Amino acid sequence: MSDSLTIHHTREPFPDTSVPDPHQDIFSKTTLGFWMYLMTDCLVFATLFVTYAVLRHNTFGGPDSRTLLELPTAFIETLILLTSSLTSGLGLLAAKRSHRTALLGWFALTFVLGASFVAIEMHEFTQFVHAGHSWTRSAFLSSFFTLVGTHGAHVTSGLIWMCIMMGQVFFHGITVANFRRLVLFNMFWHFLDVVWIFIFTYVYLIGVL
Amino acid sequence: MLGRLTFEAFLHEPSQNFAVLMMTLSGLAILGWITYLRKWKYLWDEWFTSVDPKRIGIMYIVVALLMFMKGFADALMMRLQQAFASGDVSGILSAGHFQEVFSAHGTTMIFFVGMGVVFGLMNLIVPLQIGARDVAFPFLNTVGFWLFAGAANLTVISLAIGHFSTAGWLAYAPLSGLEYNPGEGVDYWIWMVQIAGVGSTLSGINFLVTILKMRCPGMTFMKMPIFVWSALCSMVLVVFAFPILTATLVMLTMDRYLGMHFFTAGGGGNPMLYINLIWAWGHPEVYILILPAFGIFSEVVPTFSEKRLFGYTSMVWALILIAFLSFIVWLHHFFTMGASPLVNAFFAVMTMLIAIPTGVKIFNWLFTKFRGRVHFTSPMLWFFAFVLNFSVGGMTGILLSSPPVDFQVHNSLFLIAHFHGMVIGGLLFGFFAGFTYWFPKFTGFFLDEQLNRYAFWCWLTGFLLAFMPLYMLGFMGATRRLDHYEAATGWQPLFVIVAIGAVLILIGALIQFFGLFWSIRNRKKLWAGSDPWNGRTLEWAIPSPPPIYNFAIVPTVDQLDPLWAMKRGQLNLFNQPYEDIHLPKNTPIGLMIGFLSMTFGFAMTWHIYWLALLSFLAIIACIVIRCSGKDEHAIIPAAEVKKMEAAYKS
Repeated sequence: MSDSLTIHHTREPFPDTSVPDPHQDIFSKTTLGFWMYLMTDCLVFATLFVTYAVLRHNTFGGPDSRTLLELPTAFIETLILLTSSLTSGLGLLAAKRSHRTALLGWFALTFVLGASFVAIEMHEFTQFVHAGHSWTRSAFLSSFFTLVGTHGAHVTSGLIWMCIMMGQVFFHGITVANFRRLVLFNMFWHFLDVVWIFIFTYVYLIGVL
Repeated sequence: MLGRLTFEAFLHEPSQNFAVLMMTLSGLAILGWITYLRKWKYLWDEWFTSVDPKRIGIMYIVVALLMFMKGFADALMMRLQQAFASGDVSGILSAGHFQEVFSAHGTTMIFFVGMGVVFGLMNLIVPLQIGARDVAFPFLNTVGFWLFAGAANLTVISLAIGHFSTAGWLAYAPLSGLEYNPGEGVDYWIWMVQIAGVGSTLSGINFLVTILKMRCPGMTFMKMPIFVWSALCSMVLVVFAFPILTATLVMLTMDRYLGMHFFTAGGGGNPMLYINLIWAWGHPEVYILILPAFGIFSEVVPTFSEKRLFGYTSMVWALILIAFLSFIVWLHHFFTMGASPLVNAFFAVMTMLIAIPTGVKIFNWLFTKFRGRVHFTSPMLWFFAFVLNFSVGGMTGILLSSPPVDFQVHNSLFLIAHFHGMVIGGLLFGFFAGFTYWFPKFTGFFLDEQLNRYAFWCWLTGFLLAFMPLYMLGFMGATRRLDHYEAATGWQPLFVIVAIGAVLILIGALIQFFGLFWSIRNRKKLWAGSDPWNGRTLEWAIPSPPPIYNFAIVPTVDQLDPLWAMKRGQLNLFNQPYEDIHLPKNTPIGLMIGFLSMTFGFAMTWHIYWLALLSFLAIIACIVIRCSGKDEHAIIPAAEVKKMEAAYKS
């Protein structure tokens, strides 16, 4: 990134710049573009955080964050998600060494961790709804469900992405394009971790303590 | 099965039925004409599935011009209504229909005309000006365009099926909430804006990466043409602002579909939060539209003054400063909300500050002409009109930025006159200048200059007649969105003048459309060649219309205005040998995603959930299919390129 011109116009040994046309430096363009997409997503979350901050005391006679939320659950979720980031990172390292089986193994583990994160979150949500604290109850609950739920939806789409990618790696091996997608997926997955840490801190820690 | 869609949705007032009938008939006529000419395959192969930014840019502009007709028809209806509906006369439109019309006018003009011409021109010009063969993500480019086209189509559908929103172009809460707007109108609005907005975000990312990564060798940031700079700043704003819109619309959707309480009056919701969030996007949005117009004039003025742009560096910094300031002024749209004087004062001062970089730009353009050889071509006429209108609009903007004044004229026609001065006098005149200037680049022939001039004078006088009286009316207390007023107000003569102005603008627009067809008919006589204006920048260094690969040889530059340097023999742009050129293959998946998004939006509007789910899954399938394929490129061998170039030269 130091000088986009040199990256773009020299034939660095990036995986797919073996093609003669320098405009085909897909790797660096795609990672930069994906990074920008992540920043737009980050702004979506920022907007939801701001909304949560404005509305978190508008409980309208319903429960507030202190009576509703439980730290242990959120802590377990945090541990699971952070671990899944580690395993997906290890998966990428395996891909770099062209170990397909190791890669698939690490990603399967990541998938299990991600899925259990979503399962715990769903369980938490259903409990709230059954106790009569659904999103229609108050502005606080609307913003809580939307903020945490949007993150959960991102994790879910990450799980779907992971399935498709594991299929691609299984059938086509670690090709140049697949390696690029693995890198992008890792960026996405780590980004979701960062967002979750903010959710954990602001919604759960500050909300409960 | 069909959700809330019933036969009643197709019943409208007679005037609207007539419009729908005409629209359907003309649509069928066009489809029949294409079938008669057997052009479907050509359109499909060369246009609809194209990933060439030149083609996509032209399609953006075509859609924008079609939507302009619709938005302009809305404006005419409103102005005619107001010219007559005084005292005992109730006018041609009912109050409810009038509300739909003004909501549709704003939505159409900003999202589909403004954004359409901005992305259209950027698709056409940015790759050429930075010496690139393509944009960074050609597939994303078609997806962005077809999302835009799909959303535009949804607007047109809303005219025929059901009703449009009556909550204004920004759907202020709580009026746009379920409680006060239970019908399908706001849902239509939500989905068309959401789909178009996602398309804009994707295109914004695409152009940002294109400009950052694909400039030709030697083109450092401070050697980029100003239009590219303006595109860069504008796209930074897109990437920062549109996610806020997306999130805000999601929350409004949740309120309306799942009974949440973000912006409702009850349940602890906070309607003012909506107004804040929508303007946190909305204010940068108007700069997204105006910055490229600044860029266009910065290209037009030096070329037609035969002089370098005065103060290039200050121009760049002015753009950056405007882009930055645009994010910290949103509260000036609602000083009357009741924020503390300190808060209002902060936003007032920030708003006034914007006048400084904008003034720098105006003076730079004027100094560029100073002692230059000014050619009074029609792009320059648009520039003169722009300076006049933009300065008047800008100064009234400064008036509005002062909270005490704003309290008097808030939501009055004074405000309407101000921002139409900016959007028409700024963006639209800028687009017309750019359209006339670059038209020969993409077609090889000029637009008929005489007709351009007639159109220009109609537009300018029409604009002054249509909007100057609005300043007066605003001071006299006329608010916006009035479908009827008392005769005792004495406003009617001014409203009649305004309507006459609108009709003059209509004549100007008709002359432009006629001029377009006339020029196409007489293209042999209007032949322009590759560099008709003595251009300065890279796009004029290649044949007109440009070959599919743009540059046979990627140029090398070492200064601003590289083509002038080459003409003086100071620079050899094309000093590399011919090489194999990789171009992306066409794909119909962008079109499919756009179409499915439209059906998704339609299904959600009418609560046809099976169709919504089906469309959503199909969109996912399209993305998966696309990503599972190999990177699809076609190669034009170097020898072939050499042959094609020789053909262009002869």
